[in-house]
Amino acid sequence: MVKEIERAGIPVVHMCTITPISLTVGANRIVPTVAIPYPIGNPDLSPEDEYELRKKLVDKALLALTTEITEQTIFE
Amino acid sequence: MSNYKVVHYINQFFGQIGGEEKADVPAEKRQGLVGPGLAFKQAFGDQAEITATIICGDSWFNENLELATKTVLEMIKEEKPDLFIAGPAFNAGRYGVACATIADAVQTELGIPAITGMYIENPGADMFREKIYIVATGNSAAGMRKAVPVMAKLALKLVKGEPIGSSAEEGFLPNGIRKNFFENKRGSARALDMLTKKLAGKPYVTECPMPSFDRVAPQPAIKDITKANIAIVTSGGIVPKGNPDRIESSSASKYGGYSLEGVDNLTADTHETAHGGYDPVYANQDADRVIPVDVLRQYEKDGKIGKLNDWFYSTVGNGTSVASSKRFATEIAGKLLAQGVDAVIMTST
Amino acid sequence: MKLELGYIDIKGIRFGDHNAVEDHVLVVNPEELLEPVLADPLIKTAHFEIANPGESIRITPVKDVIEPRVKVEGPGGIFPGVISKVHTVGSGKTHVLRGMAVVTAGPIVGFQEGIIDMTGVGAEYTPFSKLHNLVLVMEAVEGTGQHEYEKAARMAGLTTAVAIGELARDLTPDESVVYETPTIAEGYQEPLSNLPRVGYVMMLQSQGLLHDTYVYGVDAKRTISTLIGATELMDGAIISGNCVSACDKNTTYHHLNNPVIRDLLEAHGKTLNFVGVIITNENVYLADKIRSSDWTAKLAKFLSLDGAIVSQEGFGNPDTDLIMNCTKLENNGVKTVIITDEYAGADGKSQPLADADDLADAVVTAGNANEMIVLPPMERVIGTLNFVNKIAGGHDGSLREDGSIETELQAIMGSTNELGFNRLSAR
Repeated sequence: MVKEIERAGIPVVHMCTITPISLTVGANRIVPTVAIPYPIGNPDLSPEDEYELRKKLVDKALLALTTEITEQTIFE
Repeated sequence: MSNYKVVHYINQFFGQIGGEEKADVPAEKRQGLVGPGLAFKQAFGDQAEITATIICGDSWFNENLELATKTVLEMIKEEKPDLFIAGPAFNAGRYGVACATIADAVQTELGIPAITGMYIENPGADMFREKIYIVATGNSAAGMRKAVPVMAKLALKLVKGEPIGSSAEEGFLPNGIRKNFFENKRGSARALDMLTKKLAGKPYVTECPMPSFDRVAPQPAIKDITKANIAIVTSGGIVPKGNPDRIESSSASKYGGYSLEGVDNLTADTHETAHGGYDPVYANQDADRVIPVDVLRQYEKDGKIGKLNDWFYSTVGNGTSVASSKRFATEIAGKLLAQGVDAVIMTST
Repeated sequence: MKLELGYIDIKGIRFGDHNAVEDHVLVVNPEELLEPVLADPLIKTAHFEIANPGESIRITPVKDVIEPRVKVEGPGGIFPGVISKVHTVGSGKTHVLRGMAVVTAGPIVGFQEGIIDMTGVGAEYTPFSKLHNLVLVMEAVEGTGQHEYEKAARMAGLTTAVAIGELARDLTPDESVVYETPTIAEGYQEPLSNLPRVGYVMMLQSQGLLHDTYVYGVDAKRTISTLIGATELMDGAIISGNCVSACDKNTTYHHLNNPVIRDLLEAHGKTLNFVGVIITNENVYLADKIRSSDWTAKLAKFLSLDGAIVSQEGFGNPDTDLIMNCTKLENNGVKTVIITDEYAGADGKSQPLADADDLADAVVTAGNANEMIVLPPMERVIGTLNFVNKIAGGHDGSLREDGSIETELQAIMGSTNELGFNRLSAR
């Protein structure tokens, strides 16, 4: 899906947990996330800490979108 | 009634004109069967009959590809056959390319079922195996006796419109279309057989060649993120509570587009996941754990991003084929462009 | 380890006023057997139904399938750490009620419970159509969470199977087979020392509650790759708590009758030396995937394996675990064959796996789970058809007015099992 949207001319950041799959299928900007059932959250944290965690991950996604790349890149 | 008319294509060698020195003879048509046609006659019995044979030099065909294709196609058309057979070409490269080129043209341009046969390493095989049925043969004409009955059987199925089984059952080269069938042994025993061969350094054939995925060049970065309209797309199945579009829990046949206007935060009362491939409890409690609506809305208010797009798009990635995902994404991309979206955050579970 | 399995063939099931195995027929007194099931405050209703091979019966939604067994000699009991106390099993003597199973069914737990048809085209795809099935249909008390309901249903099935197994304790088996596995040291003595050293890497679904497997009662997602004896599985050391797609989840029945283990034991001492079983999980964290596959490869190296068979469970992100296990084994010099299944789309034209590597050059496939099938209507439904449109493999409109079902193979129990239990394949 990532590729088709990118092909249409819109930059995409792929936020996913299993980055090897993302690399295999061909996403370009990749942000690793927490876990499959809750990629950008963590039910073990307090709501405040969970929100902070999500902010950090979104910040990484925005950084990825504003970074020029020439090849598949994981933004750790 | 069941006597189907067949046109057979062979090269100068099998047409008994001559070897390499005669490879530049142009195509000619003869009535009835020639050379290997006899073997097909035996295999067909009274079900089908070769009414004409086209003989063509391998060099002439390949050096005059367009003209040759046109000429041969014309000859076939005149015969109004029900079925077209080329070769088998075994490991003869130019012969294989000629057989496959003509068979493909007959199928697409004349709408007549067509089939050929060749050795897996014949260059014609890789060029055409996804377009036409190419029966796997040995690498030399010694394989004729084995190849012809397989080709004849598959050809008759095609002309009768009968269902075609998997490549392993029917004997054609894998054509990229995966099809189920029952093997003679259970999977564990086949794995053991394969491992035994692999350990002994003997050849073995994988049942599932590794898939390949294409690549797309990265888009340029967003220059000013504080002006950008950012949209969310997810394969994590987040939908408004009740799953109004009834997106399937696995092997999704559709996606949904849902409004985020006036939504600051997703809750257990408003949104849930339709995804059947992961534990849904956490996403159902708070779907922001899958799509970051709360954070992006706050960032929009803070001026950190230009805008959170009014619509987000969602489907279920679980067991959903690449072809379906591709179709969804192409449609979604069209909508996003129309909505003036500058960048996409795609989340997967 | 040495385990003797004594098979008692079951040729029918009937209800009666007592519980016994009489002349190869299981007699069930429902009231007595349901008592422990209904003792669970979460189970609102429970009843038994019988489904025999060839009958016009559809069972759905099915959660687990369990073969009743009883330990008659040697340490421990069936399903150690879950039903019996924790104690190493896999030696001594165990009786097996062959030809039957306890099937748990009822209103849905997750999305992913499946269908067993006892006759018709669907029956060809599920191994459970060949068994005499005692179906335990349960309904949870309203308001029970999915996780609690899953556990209650799981325990009810296992408890029932153990109670039935107990009926075979004093019977004389129709057939006895001895399974024996060597120690590492024995593997380096004649005649085994001349044979290639082969291991089995068994991947266990462990994606989180509703997608779990238990080893001696331990949730597999909280484990790192480890060794287990082949015969331990035959005593129920591994059980299913798994609601992934019906087609490629390993039911408890599969764990008890693991075909890779059977075939490797069959070949042991003849063409190979079956050194051991490595179990490894399929977790939702990338770090876990890396760690578990690292350990798999490391254990394989400790065991000096020449070759290995890897079996997967489930699909999608576990394809990554599969590829990691395979590539790391190959890079350690272990020649590897993997068993998987495919999601190549209904038309078979899409990529069959989510992850790939050129080192995975020896693959056995259990078929394309996306392939469509039309199941004819059945005279009787055990369970409910209410969820057919919603289970994995089904779609809105799967259930037609005449009671026939158009669905992917995915919805059929055990149809594309990745232990290689069936003959189904694809090319």
